[in-house]
Amino acid sequence: MKSIVPAWIVLLGLFLVPAAAWQMNQPYLLETAARLVVFSVAALSLNFMIGYGGLVSLGHAMYLGLGAYTVGILMHHGVTNGFVQIALMLVVTGLAAVIVGSIALRASGIFFIMITLALAQILYYSALSSRTYGGEEGLRMAGRSEFFKGFDLYDPYQFYALCLVVLLFCLFLQWRLIGSPFGQVLISIRENERRAKAIGYNTFAYKLAAMVIAGMMCGLAGFLLANLSEFVSPDYAYWHRSGELLVMVLLGGMGTLIGPVLGAVTFLGLEHWVAGMTKHWGLVIGPLLMIIVLTTHGGIMGLFEKAASMFRSKHK
Amino acid sequence: MTRNVLEIRSLNISFGGVRACKNSSLIVRQGDIHAMIGPNGAGKTTLVSLLAGELQPDSGQILLYGEDITLLPVHSKVSCGIARSYQITSLFESMTVLENVVLAANRAAGISFGIRWNTPGLGEVRAAAMELLRDNVLDHLMNVAVRTLSYSDKRTLEICIALACKPEILILDEPMAGMGVEESQRIVDMLARLKGRYTILLVEHDMDAVFRLADRITVLVQGTPIITADPDTVRADPHVRAAYLGEDVT
Repeated sequence: MKSIVPAWIVLLGLFLVPAAAWQMNQPYLLETAARLVVFSVAALSLNFMIGYGGLVSLGHAMYLGLGAYTVGILMHHGVTNGFVQIALMLVVTGLAAVIVGSIALRASGIFFIMITLALAQILYYSALSSRTYGGEEGLRMAGRSEFFKGFDLYDPYQFYALCLVVLLFCLFLQWRLIGSPFGQVLISIRENERRAKAIGYNTFAYKLAAMVIAGMMCGLAGFLLANLSEFVSPDYAYWHRSGELLVMVLLGGMGTLIGPVLGAVTFLGLEHWVAGMTKHWGLVIGPLLMIIVLTTHGGIMGLFEKAASMFRSKHK
Repeated sequence: MTRNVLEIRSLNISFGGVRACKNSSLIVRQGDIHAMIGPNGAGKTTLVSLLAGELQPDSGQILLYGEDITLLPVHSKVSCGIARSYQITSLFESMTVLENVVLAANRAAGISFGIRWNTPGLGEVRAAAMELLRDNVLDHLMNVAVRTLSYSDKRTLEICIALACKPEILILDEPMAGMGVEESQRIVDMLARLKGRYTILLVEHDMDAVFRLADRITVLVQGTPIITADPDTVRADPHVRAAYLGEDVT
């Protein structure tokens, strides 16, 4: 229940954006906000693996790339129906997660990290060298996905609404999963895998399932990202992007439901803001992130918890 | 006639040049508390790991109710009915006491892959888990995080988790390890309550407890069982005295 306050702050903020954009007559604001939401979904999916399953992956952007490329390639061949695209994207990312998982889950710790990284890089270089689909130039999309009459993704308000719906759906799904018997097993594996086996759990199957769920969720983010930029690039799957997702999770608070959303919003917000002031934004953001992660113990959510416990002890 | 729950046939395993388990054969009868004792390094924990599936033997067989389960992985052995506790406490520290037990009980009830909050059967499993905790005087700590528990409470929970697996045979690896006299008594009482209701393979160093509780005792020396018999016979056996006290066998 500790996460209730920051959760409401974030969600309220995200809901207020369209109103602000309307008021200021600046629909451009929504494009930026949609980007925040898209990466929130990606960070959220990564946190499902890391925060609850204890599976640290440095190749999660792979699913972002796969999701985006599925849409881009389908678009390229004239399949514009969003439902078809999403269905196929879920199959593709799910299968990819099964493959990555069956290989990487044979190892653990640093080896797991390296294998996920390597497999994601394979995808990156494949995308880079695929001439049919743009290679390193990337793949320009002819338009945005079409769902049904009256729902137009070109309208920034409607597009933003779709992003929010996806985010809320993913949050809801994770919330339920974590409270379910399945989620409890996942947490127990993070806590003590040996004992989880010794009470009869096939931990491999549970970890694989977690990876598939996380992969598909991130695929959704890829789908939205492709539509947002109307462009698909190999960079979506680059390991640098995986690293950013990892930073978002750490920054927001690993193993908390809303933490990754806070992390994504803060990270991208900071980047946008500092990059506007200086060319050397990396020099500012890098140390800043390190200070936050090292001093807060549990990222931004850790700060909220500390504040909450201080508040409680004061009012006793 | 009592049935044999577990049968081990000439089990072997070596680590490098060390033969930790040498031609071990053993039969555990239903309803017995079967103690396994032996000097340090006799291979007791190795045998437990072999039975639980954490190690695979080089040769030999493990039979549960006559069925060969030798090569099954750990989690399948648990579903067959072999549950163990650990010598070094191994719990889910950040979860609550009840969650620890429910986790094991969910698997035993077959509802662990449920992704619904109201997965059918969840209520019954929870109630049974609470009952188990009440029987072992842990119910007042039900909603407390395990990491804050005292050592003796943790050791008790360790066994409760194994019990929640609904085992055919319960393997306890030194349940009293590291406990003082009074604390040990708590575990002894607990085992006395379980006696007759469960088939238990008890590995223990505390000889008082072993001779008080066990129906049968196996003495393990250098990876091989040298005798399996009732407590009185074991106590009188010259080979056992030799192994423990360094006396000459005459």
